[in-house]
Amino acid sequence: MTLGSVPPKFKVSIDHDQCMDCGRCIENCSYGVYRREGDKILIESRKCTACLRCVSMCPRDAINITEKPIDYRSHPVWTREAREDIINQARSGKIILSGMGNARDLPIIYDNLLLDACQVTTPSIDPLREPMELRTYLGKKPSKLKFKKTESGDVELDTQLAPNLKLNTPIMIGHMSFGAISLNSQLSMAKAVKEIGTYMGAGEGGLHKNLYPYQDNMIVQVASGRFGVNIDYLERGAAIEVKIGQGAKPGIGGHLPGEKVNEEVSKTRMIPLGSDAISPAPHHDIYSIEDLVQLIRSLKEATEWKKPVFVKIAAVHSVARSAAGIARSSADAVVIDGFRGGTGAAPKVFRDHVGIPIETAIASVDQELRKQGVRNEISIIASGGIRSSADLAKSIALGADAVYIGTAALISLGCRVCGNCYRNLCPWGIATQRPDLVSRLDPEAGAVQVSNLIHGWTLELGELMGGAGINSIESLRGNRDRLRGYMLDEGMLNILDVLPAGA
Amino acid sequence: MKTVRIDAKGMHYTPLNQKIRAAVADGAEEIILDNVLGQRFIGDGLRGNVRIIINGVPGGDLGMFMSGPTCIVNGNAEHAPGNTMDSGMLIIHGSAGDAVAHSMRGGKVFVKNNIGYRGGIHMKQYEEEVRPVLVVGGTAHSFLGEYMAGGIVLVLGIGKEKAMTDIGIGSGIHGGEIIIRGEVDDYLLGLGARKFKFTESDLERIAPIIKTFCEQFGYDPTEFLDTNYTRIGPASSRPFASKYVWE
Repeated sequence: MTLGSVPPKFKVSIDHDQCMDCGRCIENCSYGVYRREGDKILIESRKCTACLRCVSMCPRDAINITEKPIDYRSHPVWTREAREDIINQARSGKIILSGMGNARDLPIIYDNLLLDACQVTTPSIDPLREPMELRTYLGKKPSKLKFKKTESGDVELDTQLAPNLKLNTPIMIGHMSFGAISLNSQLSMAKAVKEIGTYMGAGEGGLHKNLYPYQDNMIVQVASGRFGVNIDYLERGAAIEVKIGQGAKPGIGGHLPGEKVNEEVSKTRMIPLGSDAISPAPHHDIYSIEDLVQLIRSLKEATEWKKPVFVKIAAVHSVARSAAGIARSSADAVVIDGFRGGTGAAPKVFRDHVGIPIETAIASVDQELRKQGVRNEISIIASGGIRSSADLAKSIALGADAVYIGTAALISLGCRVCGNCYRNLCPWGIATQRPDLVSRLDPEAGAVQVSNLIHGWTLELGELMGGAGINSIESLRGNRDRLRGYMLDEGMLNILDVLPAGA
Repeated sequence: MKTVRIDAKGMHYTPLNQKIRAAVADGAEEIILDNVLGQRFIGDGLRGNVRIIINGVPGGDLGMFMSGPTCIVNGNAEHAPGNTMDSGMLIIHGSAGDAVAHSMRGGKVFVKNNIGYRGGIHMKQYEEEVRPVLVVGGTAHSFLGEYMAGGIVLVLGIGKEKAMTDIGIGSGIHGGEIIIRGEVDDYLLGLGARKFKFTESDLERIAPIIKTFCEQFGYDPTEFLDTNYTRIGPASSRPFASKYVWE
């Protein structure tokens, strides 16, 4: 190979004055960076992914990892990444796959949106004293209510209400399948959402029997591969989500490599052991918006209209039109997944270049649905790069009913966003099926961490609302008056329907 | 045998399915639906061993997510009968639309005449003993058995000079097999599909399927047991493995 190697991504070193030679780094590194030879611990930096497992387990803080230890000649156009991708493709002639979400350094709109607070003319509300109503109902809402009088003179609701999901906080955990992540990760999150009173997605991979106790807090997914989908699965979910697209890779399907299909994954997905699980790009029974209506109704009919059905789409240029079409189908909620959404693996060119930011998608979907007079027909769930309670509050102010978090929940379980999810070697026991690695994640402890995170964000959301004089989540929803744009251009402010700071 | 008769004339599919479910819960072993005209989702998610006789033309997604029952259609069927079906049987005394047996994991779909595009698409198989089967008496349009991951599709080409004349057979197939009576031109095969030798043991394997099919529609199986077939399967069980490289 005339190309030779590219420089290692990371340089690992051990401070021997600090090191007590306990060998925890060797035990913990599943990528094989460390090995013992005689009385020395040797390091192979090239294998390092900066997952920081060794650093976090080292009792003496003796390990140091630096990124990009060797510089290329700096160049504003021919970045390191551009050069390395070309070298990779010159070697392979193939499509480059990568893990996690969009890794480009593009401006994040959330960071240029500022929230409001009360001062002299209107008082803020103290959440310690006043109740903060964060309860959120997802699903169709009637445009009007009809009542009738009973013989005894009581008033009774005459309108038939559509089934809704009741959330104690507008934070849910998005769909990450068993197969992509471990059962212990799913169990940790399932225990957390049950305790908090919210929901999580099962992902396209069926529902493992150990999750049945949490099924009332799980949303089952029907994606183009229909893996693990049968009538029992549909009946177990609290709601059903049809996945049309995903923010990390809009327009294309998914592919679980055979290496990750062990016995348990095989049973749950109902596919043979070790076989590739290929989800086609489109659902082959949906070639039009009418077909989508048919799939939604088939799911409702199969479950006797007892469950809300969500439709998840990737945020792309036509997101508002798609969402309006979905609102006019029988769907109960539309999930929009922005271009920063995570994934186990996606073609890099899609991950980094296809789709639009979730902030713009929420605003344009909410606006279009209001314009068409169907906003009450459907709930909006936003996902893809929600990092904090501030992003959550801004999403709701832009028009979302609730959010899905994915990467944030994984970080609460230990993930350090190293982006090597596809290798089945995750040293944190999250994106792996290797039993010795999976056992590193204790579902009981994991559940506490996930619920702590959601609890913390929920408290912060209440404080932010109180500070803005709002005591109910409904009053924040779509309330763009409580947002101001900072250093955003006029076109962007118009799309977001937000005034500039100072106005 | 406990038989229930339902007149479906002018009835929406939801009350129709409610009546079917109620009849099954009440122990009906046979349900006869008269005047069916375009009602979708008949037998959707239905469990049990009931036999449903459909007189008329059912709408799309007949027997979707179905687990156990048998539906006999005295007429044609629309889009995607047997969609994501788990087990049971659909016997269609006529033709059917696109995406027949889409993602079917188990059970049998027998169509007397022809089917539309994407028949048997993404059919899959989990356990050896529950093998999904789609048999088409006539012919099928393009993309037959596309993305197929398991099971068997059999096309008999009854009354046709050639059983298959449409392109894209088995494109992206990574499991299962497509068996077509007579010769199949190479250019009809999709990307990732290839022909395999059809052997005596293959014929033995499909003979029970042919016999069951013939029983349903009153054909003599002899001529189908003494003829040539083309067997099409995946060129690789991992058709996309060579397309990608990791970052």
